[in-house]
Amino acid sequence: MEQIYSSPATHCKLISTRKEAVNFLLNYSKSLEIHKVQGMTIENNLN
Amino acid sequence: MHSTINDATLIRNYISGDERAIEELINKHNQRLSSYIYSKVQDMSVTEDIFQDTFIKVISTLKRGAYNEEGKFLPWVMRIAHNLIIDHFRRNKRMPKYKGNKEFNIFSVLTDDKLNAEKQLIKDQIDQDLEVLIEQLPKDQRDVLIMRIYQDMSFNEIAENTEVSINTALGRMRYALINLRKIIEKNQIVLTN
Repeated sequence: MEQIYSSPATHCKLISTRKEAVNFLLNYSKSLEIHKVQGMTIENNLN
Repeated sequence: MHSTINDATLIRNYISGDERAIEELINKHNQRLSSYIYSKVQDMSVTEDIFQDTFIKVISTLKRGAYNEEGKFLPWVMRIAHNLIIDHFRRNKRMPKYKGNKEFNIFSVLTDDKLNAEKQLIKDQIDQDLEVLIEQLPKDQRDVLIMRIYQDMSFNEIAENTEVSINTALGRMRYALINLRKIIEKNQIVLTN
C-alpha cells in the first residue's frame, strides 16, 4: 500500500507564515499611502 | 483565536483606515494560504516570499480602492498566490536551481577545471621561473622552444621561420629541453604544482 500512495506526506502539511513576515506586511500597510492626483494614482511608501 | 467578523466587514474597515483589520485578515487566512503555497513549491522560504508578495498586492489593491469582489476575498487572494506560484516556476525554468541535501551534494559530481587560488599562485610563480630559465638557453634553442610551446607553431612552421630543416628544428627543441632540465637540476629548482 505504501508503494501505491507514494506521494510525500508533506504535500498536505499545514504550515503558517512566520510572525516576522506578517509584521513586515503590517508595517508595509501602515507605511503605504495612495494619492489620487488629476486622475492618476500615486503609491507612496514612507519607509 | 481568529476574528469572527466576516471578510467583507474587515475589508470595509481596512479601507476606512482600520489597520487592525488587515492584521485580522492575514492571520485568519495565514495557515490556509501558506499551506496552499507550500503544497505547490515545497520550500518554506519560497512560501513566505510568495505569501508576502500576495499580501503586498492585496494591500495595494485594497488601498487603491480597486477591489470589487465583495464576499469572495479568499478565492481572490488564492488566485493572486496561484499566479505568483506560476511566475516563480517560470522564473526557475529559465534559470533552474538545484539545492543540495545531506544525502547528495551536487558538487561531488560537478567539477571545475580551474585551479584554486593557491594552485593558481603557484602556477604563476612556476611560469615566471620558467621564463627566467628559458632566457638562459642559447638563442637558437630558445627561439624554437618559444615558438613551439608559447606560440603553438608546428615544427614545419618553425623550420620555415628559422630557415633551417625540420630535423634541425627538432634537434634544437630536444637540446632546449635537455639543457632546461640540466639548469633545473643544477639549481635544484622544484617546478611542480
